Amino acid sequence: MRLPSWLAQHLAALRALLVLTVVLGVAYPLVMVAVARIPGLSERADGSLVSAGGTVVGSRLIGQSFVDGDGKPLRQYFQSRPSAAGDGYDPTATSASNLGPENVVDTLPDPADPTDEGKPSLLSRVCAASKAVGDLEGVDGSRAYCTPSGVGAVLAVFHHDGATGAVTRAVSLNEACPTAPFLGTYEGVTVECATFDGDYTKGMVTPVRGGAPERPAVPADAVTASGSGLDPHISVAYARLQASRVAAARGMTADEVKKAIDRHTTGRVLGFIGEPGVNVLELNLDLDASRPVR
Amino acid sequence: MSPAVAGGLFIASLVLVLVLAYRLFGDYMFRAVSSSRHFRAERLVYRAVGVNPDGEQSWGIYARSVLAFSAVSVLALYLFQRVQDRLLLNLGFPAVKSDQAWNTAVSFVTNTNWQSYSGEATMGHLVQMSGLAVQNFASAAVGIAVAVALVRGFARSKTDQLGNFWVDLVRICVRILLPVAIVGATVLIAGGVVQNLSGGTDVPTVAGGSQTITGGPVASQEVIKEFGTNGGGFYNANSSHPFENPTGWTNWVQLFLILLIPFSLPRVFGRMVGDRKQGLAIAAIMAVLAIGSVVALNALQLSHPGTVPTAVGGATEGTETRFGVAQSATFAAITTLTSTGAVNSFHDSYTSLGGMVAMLNMMLGEVAPGGTGSGLYGMLILAVLTVFVAGLMVGRTPEYLGKKIGAREIKFASLYLLTTPALVLIGTAVAMSSAQARASMANPGAHGLSEVLYAFTSASNNNGSAFAGISVNTTFYNTALGLCMMLGRFLPIIFVLGLAGSLARQTPVPASAGTLRTHQLLFIGMVVGVTLIVVALTYLPALALGPLAEGIR
Repeated sequence: MRLPSWLAQHLAALRALLVLTVVLGVAYPLVMVAVARIPGLSERADGSLVSAGGTVVGSRLIGQSFVDGDGKPLRQYFQSRPSAAGDGYDPTATSASNLGPENVVDTLPDPADPTDEGKPSLLSRVCAASKAVGDLEGVDGSRAYCTPSGVGAVLAVFHHDGATGAVTRAVSLNEACPTAPFLGTYEGVTVECATFDGDYTKGMVTPVRGGAPERPAVPADAVTASGSGLDPHISVAYARLQASRVAAARGMTADEVKKAIDRHTTGRVLGFIGEPGVNVLELNLDLDASRPVR
Repeated sequence: MSPAVAGGLFIASLVLVLVLAYRLFGDYMFRAVSSSRHFRAERLVYRAVGVNPDGEQSWGIYARSVLAFSAVSVLALYLFQRVQDRLLLNLGFPAVKSDQAWNTAVSFVTNTNWQSYSGEATMGHLVQMSGLAVQNFASAAVGIAVAVALVRGFARSKTDQLGNFWVDLVRICVRILLPVAIVGATVLIAGGVVQNLSGGTDVPTVAGGSQTITGGPVASQEVIKEFGTNGGGFYNANSSHPFENPTGWTNWVQLFLILLIPFSLPRVFGRMVGDRKQGLAIAAIMAVLAIGSVVALNALQLSHPGTVPTAVGGATEGTETRFGVAQSATFAAITTLTSTGAVNSFHDSYTSLGGMVAMLNMMLGEVAPGGTGSGLYGMLILAVLTVFVAGLMVGRTPEYLGKKIGAREIKFASLYLLTTPALVLIGTAVAMSSAQARASMANPGAHGLSEVLYAFTSASNNNGSAFAGISVNTTFYNTALGLCMMLGRFLPIIFVLGLAGSLARQTPVPASAGTLRTHQLLFIGMVVGVTLIVVALTYLPALALGPLAEGIR
């Protein structure tokens, strides 16, 4: 019997797909799983696990949070970057923040709903992280476009003729009433605090640079979330910033901690591939082993 | 060494190695697709498939074979996801919902690898390795096969035979993709990419919490994800995930794998049409556009204009420490210049104009160097258009490689070039007119429009990367973007094969003094110009409302 050509065509397609599935979808990956058992590869193929005192405590490739039950940083540990993976460093919910470069206006919490925490903008997240790190490490946490209280310094500026003309009203969008705004007056107009149900859409969103230093004391990676939310590294600058706090918490000298940082710093391959970083988990495990707390 | 200098050397080293690979790997691919010998293993496959490997196909039959294979693939992959709860290695995940299963099936079959799902929370290992990853190979092979068929159209005369799709498909998988995948996967495992069948291990963390260390056959899928310019990550975080891309050097390897086939295919083209300089000219056009874009994206990310990047003091949001800003920007440019769509950093948080360059790369039609096969055929369409435009300027019948570019040929080329812009702009307009679709935007204002525009650009051009803040696992986006991927892949393929058929039928005309020399600098410059002008005229209004409105103050 001869099949009609369109049917023969699809039958060939189905058979081709089945053959490709057996070869490329079953044999190939399973062969690679077998290859991955070769000594030297198997440890990596299984996720580069690290142990402490005989217990597996994580992977050297996957970052962790070093905070207590209330989310407060543990002073004896180097802290990782902010993370957008689940509640932080959750490998079952990897994610970036995906907030844009001009995401500067917070959604304020609804005062009628005590569980509503609002939704901070990317700018306010950066400002809050910068202030928190600054406070923790005892350095200046101020940043451009941030208020001293650690939210984005952003005004809605209303003009007489829409986009032009004299300023008639200015509202600090990220500071909910009754907070006193970070700025007293803007172009002669008293700055108001914002309310949850206020309509500020007619105002021009205007970030205010403020007087923060050109180079902030808190490094960039300390205030931004990574792509995966699992970044195992921090910059060398952020590690050095944390050194004296960790040294104090563990009764170590700053020099000892600095040497530990150097041991866990990876440079660029061939001098130009990748960026230097400090592996936070390995560094903390090293410190736990050499100078346990308690 | 400053990050900018290191980033420059990183780009230069990629260029250098690709220049070295161009001849070597191009010649290898040329032999694979044009040899008349069949391996014994291949003969077994042809017997199992039930095709005669020595029979050739006209353009219509070739196209129907492509469409039949792709239709069967979509259906099989859809069903696979719909029953995953009853299969092995499903990790306890339920069956994928119908709209998402449709979207994902189309996405992987069309080489888009757009993901409205999160890998670690939706797909079991079996669907990943035996469903999705098979299409990583097959869809890449389909693209290359169609490109080779088009080149045969230029190379052959007075025939309607364009080769045999089944032979092309099998050979590209067996001789080109699989060997490199095996070597590449081993290299990636050595770099730390996981490769196991574990469903995840819960471990107590140092601070007293707990963490699930995920497992999976990742390396075997990761390598073909890049090498086939697919881009669908095993995990939601894609190539920014340390288990997919653990170190700076694996990042380099992944970029090399992405670029190897697209930049070597012009060599195959040159060899097949019997004039290596023609291949070199096409590669040069691709290189000019690619290097320009990579440098522009690096410059924008390193200078980091914009409110949040200025507050931060760098465009580090959404980037990994081990890659840094520059080598993330290079990845972003290359993933969008090709049809890959894998990401090692998150484009939604890029500077406004940096994100726009990523979008523009896709809007170019992904031709510099483009996806596996699709890049070459897209660029050849632009070359045909350029020859036509040049012919109009001097009042001659245009010809390319001895083939007349007449009404029929230019109709196919025009239809090809109109398909994706129509899908992108109409799709975006429909989404923006629906309140429900607008509610998916994660960022307010112009950036929200950029998210929608990016989504339709990515789907219609079969890229797969995203301004990932947008919530696309909704019935509207799953359906609409699925349609865009489907039409954005197969309409152009039909037009390309139609063009190939019409070229193969012709009797070549001898070159004369008035023939445009298509291997010289003038022609290279003209194609670059035509590409940029076509794109600018088509997309500038949409870009003005999105990234330009946001980025220019």
